[in-house]
Amino acid sequence: MKVIKIEKSQWAEGLEKARQSMRLIGPVAEKGYHSFQELAPGQAPDLDFQNSRLSPKGLAFPQSEVMLTYTMDKNDPECGIMKEADKDYGPRAVIGIRPCDAKALALVKMNFDTDEYKDPYWLNLYNATTFVGLACDAPCATCFCTTAGSGPFDEQGLDVLLVDQPEHYLAKALTDKGTQWLQAAGFTAETDGAAAIDKAKSAAQARITAKIETEHLRGADTMALYNADFWEDVAFACINCGTCTFTCPTCWCFDIQDETSRGQGVRMRNWDSCMFPIFTVHTTGHNPRDTKIHRVRQRFMHKLKYFVDKYDQGIMCVGCGRCVNQCPVNIDIRRASALMNRVGQDARCAVQEG
Amino acid sequence: MSTYTDTMRETARRLLQECKVELVIGFRRGSRPMMNEPCLVRKPEDADQLVWDSNCGINLANYLTNRKEKIGIFAKGCDSRNIVTHILENKVQRDQLTVIGVPCLGMIDKRKIAAATEGEILEVTENGDTITVKTAAGEKQFAKAEVMQQNCSVCTHRNPVIHDEMIADPVPEQTDVDPYADVAAIDAMDLEERWAYFDDLLDPCIRCYACRNACPLCYCPTCFVDESKPQWVGKGQDAMDVRTFHFLRAYHCAGRCTDCGACERACPVGINMRLLTKKLNKDCKELYDWEAGLSLDKRPALDSYQANDPENFIK
Repeated sequence: MKVIKIEKSQWAEGLEKARQSMRLIGPVAEKGYHSFQELAPGQAPDLDFQNSRLSPKGLAFPQSEVMLTYTMDKNDPECGIMKEADKDYGPRAVIGIRPCDAKALALVKMNFDTDEYKDPYWLNLYNATTFVGLACDAPCATCFCTTAGSGPFDEQGLDVLLVDQPEHYLAKALTDKGTQWLQAAGFTAETDGAAAIDKAKSAAQARITAKIETEHLRGADTMALYNADFWEDVAFACINCGTCTFTCPTCWCFDIQDETSRGQGVRMRNWDSCMFPIFTVHTTGHNPRDTKIHRVRQRFMHKLKYFVDKYDQGIMCVGCGRCVNQCPVNIDIRRASALMNRVGQDARCAVQEG
Repeated sequence: MSTYTDTMRETARRLLQECKVELVIGFRRGSRPMMNEPCLVRKPEDADQLVWDSNCGINLANYLTNRKEKIGIFAKGCDSRNIVTHILENKVQRDQLTVIGVPCLGMIDKRKIAAATEGEILEVTENGDTITVKTAAGEKQFAKAEVMQQNCSVCTHRNPVIHDEMIADPVPEQTDVDPYADVAAIDAMDLEERWAYFDDLLDPCIRCYACRNACPLCYCPTCFVDESKPQWVGKGQDAMDVRTFHFLRAYHCAGRCTDCGACERACPVGINMRLLTKKLNKDCKELYDWEAGLSLDKRPALDSYQANDPENFIK
């Protein structure tokens, strides 16, 4: 795999060159926090950050996205006909996405891109994007990516991996798209950086001390987990806000709404959250998950058991730690997983084990 | 305040052993610096998980709503005022409760500490009025007053207004504070300036509803933002819909809010939506000489009528 050396003195110029053929998106600091935003000409991504407050999942899955438009004007021959909304699916590159968040996009892809269904909105945005990741040298105390199927130098879902060195970046081209981006930016100086990357990777991995326990989840008996006696204790503090699911890079649920104003309408989808009571309300008024214990259990069972069983690709979590850091009442997925894992140690399921 | 912990554990254990209560609601140590987790203790032997320090800012009255058991609950001044409000609004009965009063010296604001330190915060400890913050870059000390939640620094009801037990002697109340200086500053803005101020204030909102859900007042079975027939407010990120949510929620709290700060504290994006409820608190004080949750014997300002109620705002 090619490794390119990018002198930091050449960085800004290269980005401007790449901008000729695509839009650039990167971390921007605002009111003390970072978020991924489109970069204006001449604006460099602020790569001096641990991670963004919200995950960058919105790049392919905006919080509110117009899918279709329509008019209710009776005089318009197209009255009531849904039309595709105008979108810019032109090429773009995301600079500085963290490896855990890129892995999360790859994981979410399993839901939006299946043999049976292809979500055009998500896929159009995803496919238009080149992901230029920034390896993590200073993980947070709450990062547990290495035990969540990812890592500070994880390459899954990335087209280029940048590794920060004092005077330059080492850029690993991971896909054709990545190679093309490096060429478009004029970053072409090949170097033998593999050893330096490995060294930085080991150092970063060693800095991650937080862990999530998951080894017995796949083989665990689902009903034993579902009926475990700890759910009241785990769920008690929960206020059923959407912070965990909205900040999570892997939560993919949405709700579809039609909004009409003065005869003009849009069909939009908005992030939804399994923590909200109305998430599961039936039209009859019946709510199968009508207590917070049901809802909290659902969130953890989905991430740590149902997903694991359905896809056999590990847990539906990349260990970014956002939910742990931002939960207003300190509900910690690592604690929930440890409790579930303990049950799974004894309550095995013959089918899953086979 | 961390010295309260031992007495709290003893009290909870005793109440459970004597079957005076079926459960005790308090806090246990969180997994993150400056975070404790509200918890429920059912067995005397589990009372040892209870803790108290300056990170117990979540309002525990929120966990009482519609419960039917006999409950022991730790209550600082604001929590106790929301317990009073809950009793007045029939969300819980007085005789269900053993209120264990916790005289409060204020809660620390994790965002103030984060803003005043470099690097990730690894550990925060307190010793009396001194808060020691350990970060990746080193150690820094603060006087508690510098890093206290703003609502705590202007609080005039630090001691519980009702209690069946007390964890410690009452603390002195603050008398020389102006609780409404921030509201007055917004009142002084001209219309456009104020509009821009609120636009900027609410801009980061992600509509996770943590503010609403952390609030003991927001117990409606279906909140107006969740209604679908009719749908009062759009569900997207349109600025008007976001504003509608915040402004209407504030009005629903008029005359009921104790400025406990749980909403602001819970917000993942640091919005001070308390400014909206505080304006209404100020109005209630000025118009009706009313502060929420101070007495079980008085009806709230907005659910009672008196012949001498001011009406000069009705035009």
